Amino acid sequence: MTVREEHLTTEGLSAYAEQAGLERVGARPKLRRYIVEAWRRRELAATLASYRIHAAMGQNRLGLVWIVLRPTLLALMFGTIFFVILPNSSRPDNFLPFLVVGVFVFEFFSASLGQGARSIINNQGLVRSLNFPRILMPMATVLQRVFEIIPVAITMMVIVALSGEPITWNWLLVPVVLAIMAVFNFGIALIFARLTVHLRDLTQVLPLLTRLMFYSTGIFYSIEAVLADRPDLLALARLNPVYDYIALVRAQIVTGNSQTMEMWIVAVAAALLCFIIGVIFFWRAEERYGRD
Amino acid sequence: MAATDTRTPTVVVDGIDVEYRVFASGKAAGNQMSLASLKPKGVSTYRALHDISFVAHEGESIGVIGHNGSGKSTLMRSVAGLISPVKGAVYASSRPALLGVNAALLPNLSGARNVMLGGLALGYSKAEVEEMYEDIVEFSGIRDFIDMPMKTYSSGMSARLRFAIAISRAHQILLIDEALAVGDKDFRQKSQERIRQLRDTAGTVFLVSHSMKSIRDVCDRVLWIDHGRLMMDGDPDEVIAAYEGKA
Repeated sequence: MTVREEHLTTEGLSAYAEQAGLERVGARPKLRRYIVEAWRRRELAATLASYRIHAAMGQNRLGLVWIVLRPTLLALMFGTIFFVILPNSSRPDNFLPFLVVGVFVFEFFSASLGQGARSIINNQGLVRSLNFPRILMPMATVLQRVFEIIPVAITMMVIVALSGEPITWNWLLVPVVLAIMAVFNFGIALIFARLTVHLRDLTQVLPLLTRLMFYSTGIFYSIEAVLADRPDLLALARLNPVYDYIALVRAQIVTGNSQTMEMWIVAVAAALLCFIIGVIFFWRAEERYGRD
Repeated sequence: MAATDTRTPTVVVDGIDVEYRVFASGKAAGNQMSLASLKPKGVSTYRALHDISFVAHEGESIGVIGHNGSGKSTLMRSVAGLISPVKGAVYASSRPALLGVNAALLPNLSGARNVMLGGLALGYSKAEVEEMYEDIVEFSGIRDFIDMPMKTYSSGMSARLRFAIAISRAHQILLIDEALAVGDKDFRQKSQERIRQLRDTAGTVFLVSHSMKSIRDVCDRVLWIDHGRLMMDGDPDEVIAAYEGKA
């Protein structure tokens, strides 16, 4: 038994809705409007990021100390392992500060990638119950990383200074490099946040990808020294933006590491390109998030 | 015919079909998973709603009834724009707000912080949420627990808090999914009062409930959903009688 008082054909209803001035619900807004709306609601991303840090750390006894303790222990571990297994000759100069910068800066990238990729699927509850531009979710995860990189970068610089590196005016460029890198990380997080929604299996592959990046980016060895006789591979490795960000930070605070104009160009271009592609790519699937 | 109706429409649901992608986790499905084809066979689609159409008007409060799994909550999510239909479309005069029991905000955070985040997600500024904070906590009636993590709340407590957050904004279209069932008598009365106010200010309220009493108390029209199809749409007494007769 079906009773429908207002039985109308499909065209009839949509025309009726339009005539009454109703708008389609959940329709993906135009890119401009989307960005304006997301910007207007940016407080949500920032608040979520800072609450998350407190919540995650509140469960541990040492709390916020872990933000700096984790990369420090990681650097210590790698330092010990590679100091033992790598022969003296293949270790870059100023090994300790070289490695510390590599590990700390790479953590900024890998955490943004890993958690950014899960930012939609891990927040299904929020995404399914409230309406807001979904881009705020990856934005919150990357912002969380940005908040965390501040104490991490300070710790990094303290360790580097303690290891005997001279403090110069160039140290002031470190936040600049990290700021450019944050834009790059945001773009990457956006791209992977959407990809994981389409292909859940990606979360299994991602740690592998991160590991591969870790070993190929020259965290504990000098790419220039290892690939000295393979200029083609070296050129390829230098195109990896993560390598450029690490190399640029090293160039500012660790002696014996030089910077070129080309590195700055790759760093800025990669950040802008990733950001633009990321925003558009993520926005195009706006209606899709939260459906499964 | 709706076209000759003089009332102002607020929501038009136009022949929507909604499908869910289901990730099967059974052993059989896992074995079928073929990497070579890259087509995950463990994923199947489930049609949760089938060709649903109706028009809601200003000042209406509409009950939605049906057995568990019939698609009531899915319908509410579609009307709220949280799930997009594979066919058809939903039109609304303003953005509908959904308030559901399952809408877990952030379980690790305190009630107070969830009020802030919920308010921001509804589109308020931080200052505005701070201004309304007292009212929200007062309405929720759980002031003593407001600084405890939301995961420690009973289902009734968290439903009250969510209801208080959602109702803080004068929504023109409000979708309430089972939120009233968990509260106690006082809270139910307070909420029903609020819903009536909203309806009187030319809003439209949808209420999903298994309690035919609360449906009869608040609603002047009822939709009966069964297996994802709209079985009946009309006067509460008639529809409820048909639903209960069938059950």
